Amino acid sequence: MTARPDAGATTAAAAVATPPALHVHRVSVRFGDALVLDGVDFDLPAGHFLAIVGPNGAGKSTLVKVILGLVAPQKGHAAVFGRDAGDAPERIGYVPQLKTFDRTFPASAVELVVSGIRRRWPVRVGRRERERALAALADVGAERLADRPLARLSGGELQRAFLARALVREPDLVLLDEPATGVDFLAEHDLYDLLERYQARRGATVAMVTHDLAAARFHASRVLVLNRRLHGFGLPEDVLCDACLQEAFGHLGHRHAVAF
Amino acid sequence: MDELFEVLRFGFMQRALVAGALVALMSGLLGTFVVQRRLSFLGDGLAHAAFGGMGVGALAIVSAGLLGAGAGVLRSPLWIALPFALLTALGIAYVRDRTDLSSDTAIGVFFAVSVALGVLAFSRIPPDVNLGFNVMDLLFGSILAVRAVELGAIVTAAAIVVAVLGATWGRLAYATFDDELARTDGVRSRRLEYLLFALSAVAVAVSAVVVGIVLMAAYLVIPAATARLWSRSLAGTSVRAVAIGVATTVIGVIGSFYLDAPTGSAIILSQAAVFVAAVATRRRSG
Repeated sequence: MTARPDAGATTAAAAVATPPALHVHRVSVRFGDALVLDGVDFDLPAGHFLAIVGPNGAGKSTLVKVILGLVAPQKGHAAVFGRDAGDAPERIGYVPQLKTFDRTFPASAVELVVSGIRRRWPVRVGRRERERALAALADVGAERLADRPLARLSGGELQRAFLARALVREPDLVLLDEPATGVDFLAEHDLYDLLERYQARRGATVAMVTHDLAAARFHASRVLVLNRRLHGFGLPEDVLCDACLQEAFGHLGHRHAVAF
Repeated sequence: MDELFEVLRFGFMQRALVAGALVALMSGLLGTFVVQRRLSFLGDGLAHAAFGGMGVGALAIVSAGLLGAGAGVLRSPLWIALPFALLTALGIAYVRDRTDLSSDTAIGVFFAVSVALGVLAFSRIPPDVNLGFNVMDLLFGSILAVRAVELGAIVTAAAIVVAVLGATWGRLAYATFDDELARTDGVRSRRLEYLLFALSAVAVAVSAVVVGIVLMAAYLVIPAATARLWSRSLAGTSVRAVAIGVATTVIGVIGSFYLDAPTGSAIILSQAAVFVAAVATRRRSG
C-alpha cells in the first residue's frame, strides 16, 4: 500500500509551490516503554477529506497531537501547509474529543467561539466579536445556543459549539478527533453535511479521526488506516478492503459496514 | 452612625480595613482560579507553609539576636515565611506536574511537613522570649494590629498579583477551561500553572501573617465559591469574589470591633452567611 498516491506525479517545484496540507514524515512516538506510533509516513494534498481509522489504542489521537504540535515525535516530523507542526495554529481549526474541557467552567457558547477568534479566553465580548460568533454558530445551526451555559448543552450541541469555534477563523485545515462520539445519528449526519459544505465554500482540507467506517467510505476522499503503523493510505475503496482491515484491526467486525 | 465614623478615624482601623480589602482583592482574583481548578486545598496548604516559614523565621530572628532591634523588615518573620511558601508552592506544582499523584495528595504532604517544621522551630524558641505574637494570632491573625511593614508587604503583593493576572488572565482562563485546547493556541499552560502557584504563595504568605492561617484559607475559597454560584462567566466570578471578600471584610472588621469578638471569626462567619444565601438563591447556570 503506497503512502503517497501522487508520488512521481509532482515535480519538486510544484511540491514547493503547493505544500501538502499534511506532511507526516516517518513519525515515531514513544511514551515511556510503549511505542505508540511507528514510522507513520504520508502526505495529504490540500482539499481532501481524510478519515483516520483504526482500533482503540492505535495512536490516532497521538497522531492528531503530533500534527497540532502538542506532542514532539522522537523520530520524524510533521508539517502543516509546509510549516512545522505547531507553528501555524491559525491555519488549523481543531475540534477536540469532548473529554478534556472543564464542564463546570462558567461559559456560554458565544464565549467559547470568541476564544477561537482571540485564541485567548475573553474577559468581555465586544459587539463585533459577538456578531462574528453568532454568525459562526448560525453556520452550524446553533444560533439558539448562543447564550446558553455550556454545562447545559447536550453532546450534539456541544459538538456544534466546538465546531463553530473551530471554523470561525475560516481555517484551511479542519482537524477533528472522534467528533461523533456521544452524539446521535442525526447530529452525526449533520456534521458531515456541515463539513462538506465548508469544504466546498472554502476549498479547505478536513482530517477526521472516526470509528465509523461506513461514514469514512461514504464521505472521505482519502482514508488512513492506522494501528501504530500505517496499514493503508489512499482511496477508501482501496484501503478499506477486507485484507487491510483484517491486518489493522485483527478482525473484520461487522462485514456489512463496508459492503461496496 | 457618628460612632462608626469615629471608629474609622483610628489609624489601626484604617490599616486593618486597607489590609483586609487588599487581601480580599488578591484572594478573590486568585481564588477564582484556585476554586475552578479544584485546588481549594491549596490555600490551606500554602497557609500552613507560611506557618512553617513563620516558625523558622521567628527562630532565625531570635537566634540572630534581632528581636526588638534592627530595621522594620527584619523584625517580621515574613521575610522567611514568603520564600518558604514560594518553595512549597513550586514543590507542589512540580509533584503535580511530574508524578501521577493528585493535587490534594501533593498538597497534603507539603502541608504536613510545613506544620512539623513550624512546630519544631517554635519549640526551639525559649519560652521567655516575647515574639510579639501568639498562637491565636497565627491561626486567626491580628488584623487590628497590622504593622506598617506588613501592610507595605500586602500593598506590594497586591500590586504584583493584579499586574501579573492582568497580563495573563486571558491565557490562564483559557488553560483553566481546556488545557489542551489552550496549548494548541500557543498558551504555555504548564508555566502558567507554576505562575499561579507562585502568585498564590506570595499572596498567602503576606496575608497569613496578618489575617492568620485559618482565615487565609477561607479568603481564598469562600468568596470565589460563593461568586461562582452567582456568575455565568469566569470574569464575573472574579469580580464578584473580590466584592464579596471586601464587603465581608468590612462587615467583619467593624462588627468585631463593636461586638468585641475575634476579627478573624467575624470575617469568616460573614463570608459563610453570604455563601449560604448564594446556595439558597443560586441561578441554575449549571
